[in-house]
Amino acid sequence: MSLDPLTRRWGLIGGAIMAFTGAIGMLVSFDERILISPILSLGYLTLLLAPAIAGHMAARGKVSVLEEPEHDVAQGAQKGLVAGLIAGVFAVVFMLAVNPFDLSEFFPNINDRMFDMMTFDFGLGLGSVVLIVASALAGAAGGAIYGLDDEPREGVFRSAIWVILFSLFELVVSDVIEVDAIVDLIYARGGGLHIWSAIIIGALAWWLGVRYKGRRAELTQMAKDSEAGSRLRWSLIGVAALLVIVLPMLVGGIVNELLINVALFILMGLGLNIVVGLAGLLDLGYVAFFAVGAYGMAVLTSPLSPAFSPELNWWVALPVVMVLAAIAGVLVGTPVIRMRGDYLAIVTLGFGEIVRILILSDWLTPFLGGAQGITRIPGIPLGATSVSGTSPELFIYMTMLLVGVAAYISYRTQESRIGRAWAAMREDEDVAEAIGISTVQAKLLAFVTGAIIASFAGALFSAKVGTVFHNSFDVLVSIIILVVVIVGGMGSIRGVALGALILIGVLGGPKSQGLLGEFAEFKLLIYGAILVYMMLQRPEGLLPSVRRSRELHQEEAAQDAWLDKKGSFIEEPEASV
Amino acid sequence: MPLLEIRGLEKQFGGIKALGGVDFHIDEGEIVSVIGPNGAGKTSFFNVISGMFPPDDGTIVFDGDNVAGHLPNEITKRGIARTFQNVRLFPNLTVLENVMVGQHCRTKQGIWGTIFQTKAQREEEQMIEDNAKEVLSFFGTRLAGYRHDQPAFVLSYANRRRLEIARAMATEPRLILLDEPTAGMNPKETVELTELIGKLRSDRGLTVVIIEHDMKVVKNVSDRVVVLDHGVKIAEGDYDTVSTNEDVIEAYLGRPHGEAGDDEESEYE
Repeated sequence: MSLDPLTRRWGLIGGAIMAFTGAIGMLVSFDERILISPILSLGYLTLLLAPAIAGHMAARGKVSVLEEPEHDVAQGAQKGLVAGLIAGVFAVVFMLAVNPFDLSEFFPNINDRMFDMMTFDFGLGLGSVVLIVASALAGAAGGAIYGLDDEPREGVFRSAIWVILFSLFELVVSDVIEVDAIVDLIYARGGGLHIWSAIIIGALAWWLGVRYKGRRAELTQMAKDSEAGSRLRWSLIGVAALLVIVLPMLVGGIVNELLINVALFILMGLGLNIVVGLAGLLDLGYVAFFAVGAYGMAVLTSPLSPAFSPELNWWVALPVVMVLAAIAGVLVGTPVIRMRGDYLAIVTLGFGEIVRILILSDWLTPFLGGAQGITRIPGIPLGATSVSGTSPELFIYMTMLLVGVAAYISYRTQESRIGRAWAAMREDEDVAEAIGISTVQAKLLAFVTGAIIASFAGALFSAKVGTVFHNSFDVLVSIIILVVVIVGGMGSIRGVALGALILIGVLGGPKSQGLLGEFAEFKLLIYGAILVYMMLQRPEGLLPSVRRSRELHQEEAAQDAWLDKKGSFIEEPEASV
Repeated sequence: MPLLEIRGLEKQFGGIKALGGVDFHIDEGEIVSVIGPNGAGKTSFFNVISGMFPPDDGTIVFDGDNVAGHLPNEITKRGIARTFQNVRLFPNLTVLENVMVGQHCRTKQGIWGTIFQTKAQREEEQMIEDNAKEVLSFFGTRLAGYRHDQPAFVLSYANRRRLEIARAMATEPRLILLDEPTAGMNPKETVELTELIGKLRSDRGLTVVIIEHDMKVVKNVSDRVVVLDHGVKIAEGDYDTVSTNEDVIEAYLGRPHGEAGDDEESEYE
């Protein structure tokens, strides 16, 4: 049998991923997280997912739009098996190469634990064989899944995803359930699902998916209908709002802490979304406005503010902070008003750093405390109590309040005179100006609105943490907010929320841990991987806005419009004349 | 007093003199064609009038005020709208949105109205939509009905040109500059558009300057024809006068052999 080059390529990619994740210590740290007790940890899932995906891709072969893909289990499994085999051999070759080439010099995380793990504790000799066999089987499974018909394949994916979600979100789920007896039924003591609970969850996901398949089609149909659709949307919004209100009461402090971080990034994401997503101004120094908000609030409320310390109430200080942010927006916006595209990005990147370095400068140190920062920032007074980061159950509502405000502002501006002007400017700045839009005004308005929303986040941040230091405001924060917006979907409010939940909530933010502490060390790597994948496969983001996805899929959309109207796209049939 | 009066308009790009002291005037309600061989400076002429490039020298008096060097959005607000030779729509906005954007300079609701959804804001939004639909109805069934919600990029070439004119009309101009409105259209569409240009004046009361290569269109619509060559006005008058003018024929066809002078003129052919 001749070897399909695509199979070989995917096999090698799979093997490289296995070797790389091992070499950087990812497998070992992921091994701490048990998904299904006692058989599967996140580490092994990662290890075997690589050949499985390789097998899947090998079975898929070249994707052609014109031909209906073939679905053949045996053939898929066979191709997958070969790809998995290649991957496994690659991984074994890597392990054998460690000593002769002193690879551990470059990869300090190559250690005995990695070998133990990759050889399934069987020792290098037998273990290598086991790894190759396991990898080949994983590849075959991946390939076979591709070979399945649509319905069972979706079922397998759905089950797998739900089982993994349930095991990863153990903390959230057990917080919500609260009753230990029930939690123990689902989760093992040492972490991870029991085997039987995993099976039940998988089966349930499969069954529910099949059961409600027709129902889902019905709902999509309903959403298209204007009246029923708007009722449906409002009820969905209602459910979401209810969930947002109730969830923080159910989950514990740790999860609420996470949710606060997520909410802060949703806030900043929404603000940046106005600047980048709606107005099309690529701002890489967005963290500057976050810093203005945080330091503004710190100076105005903390008794330890070095020079000027009015010790205002948070609520009184908030409007002042908003004004400060608006001024900062104008200050940053004015000099860059005539810049476009790449130049704008570079200049704003510089501005972001300028703000952070100014905080450290001799000039501002007497006012802002320089490297010492400002400490003892009081919480948000709410009735008799003061809400700060020490009571995350209450603080989360404060952040949600402001997220709601920011989301409302974004929602309203999108479909308004201003939103249209921004959209026009994003599409073609010269023409926008030629048809009467003052781009100077429109740009400044975008900068100022974005800055004010970022200052909300800053004001919350300083009240939550109680201290502000310059290093909370470095370039990485700007970049990560941008990644949240891109991954979620530019111009889309839901998208930003989802992006922040996944990136900040699960993986962790620039300075905070996510739900899965194991990711902390590798989160930038995973961010990068996600970003590359998204740019290739789904550049419009997870939940894109209509305009944005049109922009990136003009040709397909044009085809769709053509199909919708059965040929009228080419030209109206000449009825008269 | 003419609606637009231009004196000594000059514009130079590097070593190329795009406009070398052009004088031009148009009265309210006139339709004037600007013609000339490729590279004669016609589009530069429009770009300078509409403010996309500031002139090096000269005055552009529109409705009594010199607007030379003003920003394009200010000039549009004063009542000069334009279309582009190489159709420049907002491709990802819908047809209706493209026209609604045109209303920007005639409306005023800001961020506060938007956030608080004031009555004035809602009324204005309704008015913008109604006006946009009304403007689109100018093109009959071409841009009506379901087309309103289609993104502009799915439109055919002819429809894009129509939409661009609609967008310019939505800015409620007094003077509209059309840059080769019939380029790329088939003969039937060209005839249809020629009629529409006439209607721009008769139904909408607009004054029109049009750059056009199709001499049939020029002959049919224009009260007066201005010929540019090498950034200089070489002839002016009604179609028949201009079409028999020797300089014009020379500019288009080149000098007959044997006459004095070098081959510079044929450079652009």
